Amino acid sequence: MVLQGLVFYVFAFITVAAGCMVVAARNPVHSVLFLILAFFTSAGLFVLIGAEFLAMILVIVYVGAVAVLFLFVVMMLDINFVELREGFLQYLPIGALIGLILLIELLLVLGGMRLTPELTRQTAAPIAALAAESNTHALGQVLYTRYIYLFQAAGMLLLVAMIGAIVLTLRSREGVRRQAIARQVGRRREEAVELKQVQPGQGV
Amino acid sequence: MDGLLREYLPILMFLGVAIAIAAAMLVASLVAARQRPDPEKLSAYECGFEAFGDARRQFDVRFYLVAILFIIFDLEVAFLFPWAITLADTGAYGFWSMMVFLAVLTLGFVYEWKMGALEWE
Amino acid sequence: MAQPSHDFALAAPEMVLAAAAMLLLMFGAFRGNQATRVVAWGALAALAIALVLVLQAPAGRAVSFADMFVVDGFAHFAKALVLLAAALGIVMSLGFIRREGMERFEYPVLLLLATLGMLMMVSANDLLALYLGIELQSLALYVVAAFQRDNLRASEAGLKYFVLGAVASGMLLYGCSLIYGFTGTTGFDAIAATLKAQPEPPLGLIVGIVFLTAGLAFKVSAVPFHMWTPDVYEGAPTPVTAFFAIAPKVAALALFCRAMLTPFAAIVADWQQIVVFLAIASMLLGAFAAIGQNNIKRLMAYSSIGHVGYALIGLAAGGAGGIQAILIYLAIYVAMNAGTFACILCMRVRGDMVEGVGDLAGLGRNQPLLALALAIFMFSMAGVPPLAGFFGKFYVFVAAIEAKLYVLAVIGVLASAVGAYYYLRIVKLMYFDEPAEAFERRVGGEMAAVLVVTALFVVVFALFAAPILDGAGTAAQALVAGGKG
Repeated sequence: MVLQGLVFYVFAFITVAAGCMVVAARNPVHSVLFLILAFFTSAGLFVLIGAEFLAMILVIVYVGAVAVLFLFVVMMLDINFVELREGFLQYLPIGALIGLILLIELLLVLGGMRLTPELTRQTAAPIAALAAESNTHALGQVLYTRYIYLFQAAGMLLLVAMIGAIVLTLRSREGVRRQAIARQVGRRREEAVELKQVQPGQGV
Repeated sequence: MDGLLREYLPILMFLGVAIAIAAAMLVASLVAARQRPDPEKLSAYECGFEAFGDARRQFDVRFYLVAILFIIFDLEVAFLFPWAITLADTGAYGFWSMMVFLAVLTLGFVYEWKMGALEWE
Repeated sequence: MAQPSHDFALAAPEMVLAAAAMLLLMFGAFRGNQATRVVAWGALAALAIALVLVLQAPAGRAVSFADMFVVDGFAHFAKALVLLAAALGIVMSLGFIRREGMERFEYPVLLLLATLGMLMMVSANDLLALYLGIELQSLALYVVAAFQRDNLRASEAGLKYFVLGAVASGMLLYGCSLIYGFTGTTGFDAIAATLKAQPEPPLGLIVGIVFLTAGLAFKVSAVPFHMWTPDVYEGAPTPVTAFFAIAPKVAALALFCRAMLTPFAAIVADWQQIVVFLAIASMLLGAFAAIGQNNIKRLMAYSSIGHVGYALIGLAAGGAGGIQAILIYLAIYVAMNAGTFACILCMRVRGDMVEGVGDLAGLGRNQPLLALALAIFMFSMAGVPPLAGFFGKFYVFVAAIEAKLYVLAVIGVLASAVGAYYYLRIVKLMYFDEPAEAFERRVGGEMAAVLVVTALFVVVFALFAAPILDGAGTAAQALVAGGKG
């Protein structure tokens, strides 16, 4: 139990520190790397509370895909980041004010927080104790049947994302040679090779 | 709960050892080696001559398209894991539920294939 | 494990739209962009089938999918309105996308998917269903806003809409998580039951509601979350702006009503003041900020902010009367706005779209019929009595007075008096100013049809209003009773 607490504090500290560095880092590529560190340590925190599936998804999807996408975006934008930061101080007071209000609200919420036993009992689909079945198992039990509506809606959402990405970024370029597999495979010897009877001493 | 975490204990130990070794190497080189900083040591190496351009060159937007399509299918695959391990319980209902989901995304795949989003000249 | 019994028939309109969208996507993918017209008509057919299914559905409240999806009189009314508005939006864009090089078959497909998201919003009975519906709708609309990707302003509009929309979604999710944390459930009915059992709502729940309303206020573009509206309306292609102004507004306001009334019926006093503030701020800003606008699309953006303010009065008033007033207001709003945007889409000088208010000068002499239609819509928006717009405002104000929200009603009347100024300025420009360059005479069959139908609706609303009033009344009863049933 002591080890568990210790690991929690180490991970939590690294997560918060990495989160601060994402905002504060001068180089945007470093920001993305700190973001990845934050993802990793959050995955550790998820494991600590027994949410293995979420932890692995965090690593696979966020570190494996989203962070790579972020890197691409950072590289794609042709922005002078020093210039971008010039406005930073100008907006700092109002940003700090809003942050402060949010913080106060959060503290108020935490102050009023109490876990009433009735609330935990009225969960729509209570999951079994971790000893009985794993978190991933519990998720699979309800995700595809009980929550089929949300599941299919998520499918439609992914479809829209796919269409959107293609509509907004795909361009057909002129004058490039593409692979035409059918034509390449269907090519016959007669079209490509010409046999010539070369007379000695004359050349082609 | 404890049983679950105990399974992760080797990973934690591995993490600790890895960090310790990496830190030890850094510290050792800092302490033991002679430090002779030189700006040339930090400059980019490009086959021996001066670097032509900035490393931060603009990427083509096509990389982004590939990355986002990858994320979408990555998420799709992520949904398959809990489905696969609970298929025995969820039965035909769960099976067809996933088939419909996959069909939707397969249609998206056909669309992007036909649009030529997967081609790279 | 027992298989859950889900009533898929309840979601028939949604399933029709989803299937049609995928079918049309495949059709377009294999036929290429010359099939756009066929795809657009296919989308319209799908909307029509969905509309028939909605109208035929049995009355009474029914829930499905683990109580996440609700169908009641309110949902029927709002869905019918959304489907009509979406169909109007697609019809209006047919000519434009052909002329302006926007003819890609994804356009109708994305609008269809956005409409699917709106139907899901209207039927959402759970915080998660609410979120997924909103995201489906917004994601499709972000793309459509930036559809002319080589146009700098359209790209800017799309990007602004996306970034601010993502912030709003974040706030919405944060609010949802707080509400879940303090009630232990995401279902609207279950939240209502939990709150009824507690003597006093926990503080964290109130903060959650604040964030939820902030996110929803962004989606309906109520002040102070309206900043994106003028820029997006101005930058997006005009038929897209027209679509934005009608269909998502209806869906988002309907969702707003359900998300406030069903789960939080027990703590009306806590959210009522937020809605009152949103309504007052929107009405005032809509009235005053529109005065200085010279771009007609920007002007319509501020006008729509104002209209959202009036509609929110109905929600602030609460009760069946208030909800009925909102639904009537929305029905009239859709007709007025569709008509006005059809007029804007006819503003073409020598093949190019013009958007300046000044370009309308002398329209009364150049094109009397178009001018007459626009004048009707402007008078209606200003709330001149025999026209439909007057009744919309009238019912909203009556609801406010019945709920003893006198200040709200008075401010509403004052704001509509200020608003009348800029609507009537357009009428004056059209009839009394020196003519500017004449617009192209050819309007196009679809556009003429939209203009005639909406103008007739606005003019004769007073005579044939009874079915709409009754329908809205039943729908409002269904929503107000729903949470308690």
